Amino acid sequence: MKINVIDQQGTHHALEAEEGWRVMEIIRDWDLNIKAECGGACSCATCHVYVDAAWLDKLYPPTDEELDMLDSAPAVESYSRLSCQLIMSQSLDGLTVTLAVGSEKD
Amino acid sequence: MTHTPYQTDVAIIGAGPVGLFAVFELGLYDMKAAVIDVLPMVGGQCAELYPEKPIYDIPALVSVTGQALTDQLMAQIKPFNPEFFLGQSAEKLVKTDDGWQITTSDNHIIQAKVVVIATGGGLFSPKKPALANLDAYEGTSVFYAVRNVEQFHNKNIVIAGGGDSALDWALYFVPLAKRVTLVHHRDGFKAAPDSVNKMRELVAMDKMDFEIAKLDTLEGDAPQITNVQIIDKATNTQKSIPADIFMAFYGLTMKAGPLAEFGINMENNLVPVDTEKFETNVASIFSIGDINTYAGKQKLILSGFHEAALMAKGAFHYVYPEKKFRFQYTTSSSNLQSKLGVDA
Repeated sequence: MKINVIDQQGTHHALEAEEGWRVMEIIRDWDLNIKAECGGACSCATCHVYVDAAWLDKLYPPTDEELDMLDSAPAVESYSRLSCQLIMSQSLDGLTVTLAVGSEKD
Repeated sequence: MTHTPYQTDVAIIGAGPVGLFAVFELGLYDMKAAVIDVLPMVGGQCAELYPEKPIYDIPALVSVTGQALTDQLMAQIKPFNPEFFLGQSAEKLVKTDDGWQITTSDNHIIQAKVVVIATGGGLFSPKKPALANLDAYEGTSVFYAVRNVEQFHNKNIVIAGGGDSALDWALYFVPLAKRVTLVHHRDGFKAAPDSVNKMRELVAMDKMDFEIAKLDTLEGDAPQITNVQIIDKATNTQKSIPADIFMAFYGLTMKAGPLAEFGINMENNLVPVDTEKFETNVASIFSIGDINTYAGKQKLILSGFHEAALMAKGAFHYVYPEKKFRFQYTTSSSNLQSKLGVDA
């Protein structure tokens, strides 16, 4: 299973992913530049990603908690998600996301 | 204004769980502590980011929320009566004859024999919107917090955000400002429904404006803005809002603090320490918790607790150079029990 991640510099990365892992955890585990400062508790919005249009309707819709937390991310779009709230499954094999501004470490 | 220097044995920078537990470990061995934190409350990330979220890996606590852990730590360190300097950051660190002098952003001075860096993920600072040239306007016409409300009277104010701070300040400024415009990326809000309803009433009465839009650019010769350009979400068209003041409320994020300026070695924004005493490259400055790094480091609260205990032993030699460190257990030492106020 793989996910495709486009980092803040526009570089593409194909990352080996595991079922049940949070997309944020996969990105962090592969040492890409993701802040994710609350560690996956849907409490900081620093793992904000833009989801590729082809994948949007394959995801579970965001909870109210995720939508509220997205309010504290800069530059939110209709295809914005918090990657800590996206759980990998077979149906997401090939998921493509772009790390949003504000997701980078200092 | 500069305050009278506060004398203590150990100054701890960071009032997160690890900084708080350090007060306990130091207190057991008669070292008094002062704790500095940029947040207005204790608890660090546990209090700011996830007060209601359960933590499952604190030994013997099957589940505890960030706030409950903070409250329990405060109860545990109460016998040692630490001094807190909250809502201020440690700005300057200067070597003195008998230790260190820290100056905070509120001009408090703390004189200590030992300094402990327990700053976790860094200094909580405002999140900034993704706009070019923001820093050229900051402090004059762009703000992330409100300190002096008078300067905003009779001004055109644009406020961005959808949380309680954005809504509360928007409502506050409606009667005082020339015009208030709230800009948010959706019609839903994290803020309390009561504030949202009040905002909608004021918009209906034409007392303020609400735009569902994304921020595009700031206009005006720096440092003074004249307009905020937004892009309407529904029509995807640009709109220019006259503005003297732009305020963004997106919450806080952690940024690297001025530790390198203190002369402390840094590696990727982390402080390398030894694993015997958790001391930095500078003698009598220690570092514990998420901000430090060493072979095998894991950023866990429990690791920080362990580091605090070993740090206390190291700090003891600076605070009491003439004394021998005598390791004791709280279960059996009547000396420790009397300090904790639990002696039979």
